[in-house]
Amino acid sequence: MALDQSFVGRSYPPTRPYEVGREKIREFAAAIGDGNPAYTDTDAARALGHPDVIAPPTFVFTVTFSAAGEVVADPELGLDYERVVHGDQKFAYSRPVRAGDRLTVTSTIESIKSLAGNDVLDVRGEVHDEHGEHVVTANTKLVARAPEEA
Amino acid sequence: MTAKIAYEDVEVGTELPSASFPVDRAALVRYAGASGDFNPIHWSERIAKQVGLDDVIAHGMFTMAEAIRVVTDWTGDPGAVVEYGVRFTNPVVVPDDDKGTAVEVAAKVAAKLDDEARTVRVDLTATSGGRKVLGMARAVVRLA
Repeated sequence: MALDQSFVGRSYPPTRPYEVGREKIREFAAAIGDGNPAYTDTDAARALGHPDVIAPPTFVFTVTFSAAGEVVADPELGLDYERVVHGDQKFAYSRPVRAGDRLTVTSTIESIKSLAGNDVLDVRGEVHDEHGEHVVTANTKLVARAPEEA
Repeated sequence: MTAKIAYEDVEVGTELPSASFPVDRAALVRYAGASGDFNPIHWSERIAKQVGLDDVIAHGMFTMAEAIRVVTDWTGDPGAVVEYGVRFTNPVVVPDDDKGTAVEVAAKVAAKLDDEARTVRVDLTATSGGRKVLGMARAVVRLA
């Protein structure tokens, strides 16, 4: 069933702050096999002009996705969670995420479309630090596949 | 931000060093733990098949993370990435054997965007098992 268009433009309250830990960054960098020293070595990160170790570009998705999860799970929206797949992902950075950041995410439903029976939902997550400065915007396209014909 | 590649030294068509990123089941388990994405289609063949997949598939975000390494290895500074976007077109199927599979990534400079900001657009291609796994994979990168 097509989703309710009146949800377009709906914003969800900012999430509780997520504190970016240097060991979490290290764990994430190891999980993607990326040995770039900017992720693990403070001196190397400083030599590049960063105040502390930074996170790989896609790290912030772990934060924005749990925020988008609240949208997906909104019972009023009624998205069929079991059928949701990730369509597109885009990030626009003001600066890289770094250790010590306390990040909040504000999610907004950008658009709702119905394509060939699939529900297509665009969610924008605005990520700010503890000073209210913009860090990154994450745009996530979720596709809820149409149920197979019975 | 201090990328080690100078804006003046690249032109449209400049190729970045390509790379092959191995992925096996252990890598997916590790990524699940690090990212918090425990969707069982990334570790359970039984459940993957139940939802119509041929086998366990890699997290789309794992593939996205690997692909941008071609750019961050090139610039040296991952903070040089200003924008990065992809479309997930085909899954990366990961067999349960000693070998796993690989994601092959190539990239080239597609446009010089802004002489003052020294930004370029890099277009990426990512394939696995001969199939394109990312579409519209693009990054905007600030060079030195």
